[in-house]
Amino acid sequence: MTDNGYEPKIVAFLCNWCTFTAADLAGTSRIKYQPNIRIIKVMCSSRVDPVFILKALLDGADGVLIGGCAPGDCHYSKGNFYARRKVALAKTLAQNMGLDTDRIRLSWIPASEGPKFAGVVNEFTEKIKKIGANPAGQEVFI
Amino acid sequence: MRESIPKIGVYVCHCGTNISGKVDVDAVSQYAATLPNVETARNFKFMCSNPGQQLVIDDIKEKGLNRVVVASCSPRMHEKTFRKACQTAGINPYYFQMACIREHDSWVTEDPDQATKKAKDLVRGAVFRVTHHQQLTSRVVDINPNVLVIGGGIAGMQAALDIADGGKKVYLVEREPSIGGNMSKFDKTFPTLDCAACISTPKLVAVGQHENIELMTYSEVIDVSGFVGNFKIKIKQKPRYVDADKCTGCGVCSEKCPSKVLSEFDHELTNRKAIYTPFPQSVPNTRVIDADHCIYFKKNRCRLCEKFCEANAIDFEQKEKIVEVDVGSVIIATGFETFDPVTISQYGFGRFPEVYTSIQFERINNATGPTSGKILTKDGRKPESVAIVHCVGSRDKNHMKYCSRVCCMYSMKFAHLVHEKTGAEVYEFYIDIRSPGKGYEEFYNRVQEEGTHFIRGKVAQITDIVDSPEDRGKLVVVAEDTLARKVRRIPVDMVVLSVGLKPSSGIEDIVRMVGISLDSDGWINELHPKLGPLATPSDGIFVAGCCQGPKDIPDSVAQGQGAAGEALSLISRGKLEIEASVANIDPEKCMGCRQCEDVCFYGAISLNPVSFVCEVNEAICKGCGNCTATCPNKAIELKHFNNDEILAEMEGILFNFDKFQGDFNQDEIKPDIIEPV
Ligand SMILES: Cc1cc2nc3c(=O)[nH]c(=O)nc-3n(C[C@H](O)[C@H](O)[C@H](O)COP(=O)(O)OP(=O)(O)OC[C@H]3O[C@@H](n4cnc5c(N)ncnc54)[C@H](O)[C@@H]3O)c2cc1C
Ligand code: SF4
Ligand code: SF4
Ligand code: FES
Repeated sequence: MTDNGYEPKIVAFLCNWCTFTAADLAGTSRIKYQPNIRIIKVMCSSRVDPVFILKALLDGADGVLIGGCAPGDCHYSKGNFYARRKVALAKTLAQNMGLDTDRIRLSWIPASEGPKFAGVVNEFTEKIKKIGANPAGQEVFI
Repeated sequence: MRESIPKIGVYVCHCGTNISGKVDVDAVSQYAATLPNVETARNFKFMCSNPGQQLVIDDIKEKGLNRVVVASCSPRMHEKTFRKACQTAGINPYYFQMACIREHDSWVTEDPDQATKKAKDLVRGAVFRVTHHQQLTSRVVDINPNVLVIGGGIAGMQAALDIADGGKKVYLVEREPSIGGNMSKFDKTFPTLDCAACISTPKLVAVGQHENIELMTYSEVIDVSGFVGNFKIKIKQKPRYVDADKCTGCGVCSEKCPSKVLSEFDHELTNRKAIYTPFPQSVPNTRVIDADHCIYFKKNRCRLCEKFCEANAIDFEQKEKIVEVDVGSVIIATGFETFDPVTISQYGFGRFPEVYTSIQFERINNATGPTSGKILTKDGRKPESVAIVHCVGSRDKNHMKYCSRVCCMYSMKFAHLVHEKTGAEVYEFYIDIRSPGKGYEEFYNRVQEEGTHFIRGKVAQITDIVDSPEDRGKLVVVAEDTLARKVRRIPVDMVVLSVGLKPSSGIEDIVRMVGISLDSDGWINELHPKLGPLATPSDGIFVAGCCQGPKDIPDSVAQGQGAAGEALSLISRGKLEIEASVANIDPEKCMGCRQCEDVCFYGAISLNPVSFVCEVNEAICKGCGNCTATCPNKAIELKHFNNDEILAEMEGILFNFDKFQGDFNQDEIKPDIIEPV
């Protein structure tokens, strides 16, 4: 399961109404997935400030997942579309700072899709393992 | 005011063995005890049980805790439970944070060591976060018991009557001169074949006479402001040029009026006068002068109606009026319009006089319609054969991709009426017959037994080109019969196009005013397709009838009653608790760029024209936080999800304890200044 023992740490900002609920559902359906993810609840994916994403990476997170409702399903109507822009902005900034933008992922996972949530987490964890540890977390990084 | 440092209690739940079977709960609670500001950390079999809650309550009281973290199931399960426990013990319920170590950890993690590690991280995040929590109080507002209903079709009338019967005041706004909607145009209704007028006219009258209903016809809502429980509505009342208090409804004016106009109510099959009522049973029965077609308004002469009105009711000086009313909730019941088949040119509507739309055919069948209810061609003959074309505009990717739900049924109603009134042959051209509903399939069987020809196939063309002698003087309906696998050409005397339903014009304005949205077909989006069919994302705004999607009369009535129930339930609460987690703008930091105003879907933010900074209307704000993450100046704080709280949780989670040596820097995780509890 682990590649040479490296266990990345992934921070996930999930919207309360869809992806957080999907994570709950993965739990109640006892779907096993990679243990590296740490979930932080926000009410809507649009609450995720690009600063959160960058700060997570600078504080040593190896990956940041942002989860929101499927297009058209955001509890607040269109928050997820704003989230998409904010994540795009965060990626641009991350790139300028020399961070790997593949460490940032936005996924739209409906509340009813526990298996999809587990799938995304596994996929993303595998990817981060391939990319390797985030240098920003290891040493002084400017 | 005294500075008090946080004293946190951490409680790790076993959840039977649901958590403790995987996570080493002892290790987690021991670890939690070493975290900054943690006064006490325990684990317990079932935290949500009464003894579990009591543990928290006792600790708060005895050990002077002022923050609580429970590591257990998802906050969606028990956040409320523990908040209440905190409140019972005398601390602010928002001084609580939950770490989800069941759904997000023990149930989904294979390896016990990893699960324990994850639990520690999550608890650390919660401990760091709760330090920053602020005291919040949910506010309470009064609910205005008046209700606005927009649209006076069967759904809106039913809603208005139910609320009015419940003793509450209703403003019913209808833009046409009379209430009644589409149903008042029909003759019979499927599947029972009740006479539409017999069941709807009493409703019209009841609405018109109800002391709790203020009927505003010929009026439109032009502005909605405020929020649930406290809406302010602006209504534009168009001038009727007839004094409603004086008009007796005798109709002499219409008789004398020389100006003829195609009747909207009869869908252009007859003429009405410039001074008119849409139909004889109109409510109110006050006439209206259509200024666009009145000779006096156009040419400054005539005034015949005025001369003949014995009641002196004509008033050419009437002006448009803007009326403001206060209500606590709004029911939208703006219904539907029928699809205009002119765009499907191969069907020849508008070109061949004997091609009718279904709604025109309703008028033809109606005793107050152009032929007094007889089915006759324009030249007065009884038809020998009639074709009814299903799905005109519906289930058609060029027009409306959805099924309009009522057309199969009303088409079969027509087949029955044609048989009954003329004995003519009836051909139904259909794609699929959809008859789900009580007694609907039985009605389908009945119409089949009456000898209606059902031809499965979409009509390609309706033409008057004569191919064989029997086509002469007829319209030929060409269709591929997909069951017999051949092209059929059927000559008929009359064709009825069963046009689909589409949303009423102007619906965009209504949804914009109340801050809700339309689906891709233009119908109103309800709160939830299954569990919130009558509510909308805007609190206090409800929908009923066809404005939410095509449906038949029984469903429209049921929705009208349901929406009335929602409104009455809201009213009987009397007061409304407003979410504590709302956005708040710091006027010191705001630069008035209005980006937040742009992104707020609910219109909760507006610029204060005096101070030139933006302000949040807390009663409207839903606490999504979009504005908070958008503001370039970080002037907006979303309570309970502010930057400090979220970042503290993140720092807690990412804190690398293995590498960390020495004491925590208390400054780094400094508590907010809080008031004594
Ligand atoms: C040809 C035909 C035959 C049918 N036959 C049957 C049948 O036999 N049995 C059956 O069960 N169903 C039948 N139906 C379906 C039936 O018509 C609907 O279920 C029903 O009329 C829906 O009622 P409603 O109140 O939602 O909408 P409507 O009847 O459309 O009423 C909406 C009202 O709102 C008003 N309005 C619209 N916009 C505004 C605005 N912006 N401001 C103010 N007022 C506004 C309109 O003027 C109208 O009065 C038939 C439909 C058609 C097209
Ligand atoms: S986005 Fe920020 S600065 Fe701009 S108006 Fe809103 S609160 Fe003020
Ligand atoms: S938190 Fe959401 S609902 Fe509230 S003001 Fe900001 S954008 Fe509008
Ligand atoms: S609520 Fe899920 S993305 Fe907005």
